[in-house]
Amino acid sequence: MIKLVEVEKSFGSQVVLDRLSVEIPPGKITAVIGPSGEGKSVLLKHMIGLLQPDAGKVYVEGEDITVMRRGELNRVRERFGMLFQNAALFDSMSVFENVAFPLEEKTRLSRDEIRDKVHEALEHVGLKGVDDKFPDELSGGMKKRVGLARALLLNPRIILFDEPTTGLDPIICRAIHQLIKDTHSRFGFTAVIVSHEIPEIFDISDYVAMLYRGRIIEMGTPEEIQRSEHPVVKQFISGSLEGPIHFV
Amino acid sequence: MRDVIEKLGAVTLFVVREMGRMLIFILYALYIIVRDPGKPIHVFKQVHFIGAKSLFVIFLTAAFTGMVLGLQGYYTLAKFGSEGLLGSAVALSLIRELGPVLSALMVTGRAGSAITAEIGIKKITEQIDALKTMALEPFKYLVSPKVLGALVALPLLCAIFDVVGIYGGYLVGVKLLGVNEGAYFYQMEKSVEWKDVWSGFVKSVSFGVIISWICCYKGYYAGHGAEGVSRATTEAVVMASVLVLVWDYFLTSVML
Repeated sequence: MIKLVEVEKSFGSQVVLDRLSVEIPPGKITAVIGPSGEGKSVLLKHMIGLLQPDAGKVYVEGEDITVMRRGELNRVRERFGMLFQNAALFDSMSVFENVAFPLEEKTRLSRDEIRDKVHEALEHVGLKGVDDKFPDELSGGMKKRVGLARALLLNPRIILFDEPTTGLDPIICRAIHQLIKDTHSRFGFTAVIVSHEIPEIFDISDYVAMLYRGRIIEMGTPEEIQRSEHPVVKQFISGSLEGPIHFV
Repeated sequence: MRDVIEKLGAVTLFVVREMGRMLIFILYALYIIVRDPGKPIHVFKQVHFIGAKSLFVIFLTAAFTGMVLGLQGYYTLAKFGSEGLLGSAVALSLIRELGPVLSALMVTGRAGSAITAEIGIKKITEQIDALKTMALEPFKYLVSPKVLGALVALPLLCAIFDVVGIYGGYLVGVKLLGVNEGAYFYQMEKSVEWKDVWSGFVKSVSFGVIISWICCYKGYYAGHGAEGVSRATTEAVVMASVLVLVWDYFLTSVML
């Protein structure tokens, strides 16, 4: 479904992705875990063409998006939905307008149909009566849920989640995980979730990939990852200070 | 020595690359305007923001510019005993030069800075990326309406500036300093030609492109965080103002 082959990316002298290869299985939830600042978001942005690799290939459903022109890339992006770290809601629009925006711009639905769809999507993520609020009036959890509703609205085949629960309290965190799982079983999209939430993320994902020093050092089912003997994976999962991962 | 040459090379490369990127930016914005201009409401909003909301500051600066022109013009012309020409001096200075330039500088300070800050904040909070992930063209929503809005708003503001300025000159010259009212307007009508108005119009249209271009560009490529946006805003205002003046000189020398 999504395949990265020998992808390299540097910012200045800092190498972020170092000949990274990974294959995201279709229709499953794949979590990408790894220490902060290791380039997990950068990896995600490569999958949807927001960043271009310095070298290597990125395939989405068999098509190489690194050589595509803007128009072709947009055609591929039609299949995607993305939830950003800070939800990336349009700050000058109300919640309703935010969720309605992709429908208004990309479909020919009537005003009433759009309103019904937006309300349905907002209810699905457990939000009611917030239509007229602006993003800066919402809590972090509510923003993410609005972002999720917006990402789900056009029924994408692939959804990328960039740290959907970071900075949220444990209950909301669990609620959002549950929401992702429920929506996934209902719509069956391919999901890639970048997350630090260990061990919670194991409960909802089908596969887990560990990113370290610019590469996927291990990928497998949550059980396999939890049983891994790889010293980096072991240290990261246990949260131990002793091991190959060093903190300043 | 080698260090100096290397640095010079690096600076040259940076400048050339930046200029290329800026050129591609405006060409792409114009292409989007032609291909898919989007909803007219987005453009109306920008005309309102850049134009209508600048009216107060334009009125104020125009009135005082006209008034000071009246004073200075009277002082100079009186030395030659030709106070009667005050009307044409005020009108020609305003229509050919001060109207387009000062209204452009005012718009840069008031609306240009806001444009850079708005786009810059959208950039750093990933709202531009969000548009891209929805397979929507960010230029269509963020850049093209602003360029079009500025294209419409600037000539209108310039025209208002000219009229208010001429009236300011009238107040000081005629009402305060006693220049003959008939002479003020008669000389103006006699000396101002269509090509003067046309040159002012061409100037203000091109200033509209320059301001929206530079301010959108700086915001779109703003650096990281609040500091990046504030730096982009300062750079945009300085660069747009300087470019307006430089371009003004070139246009004047060509159209004179």
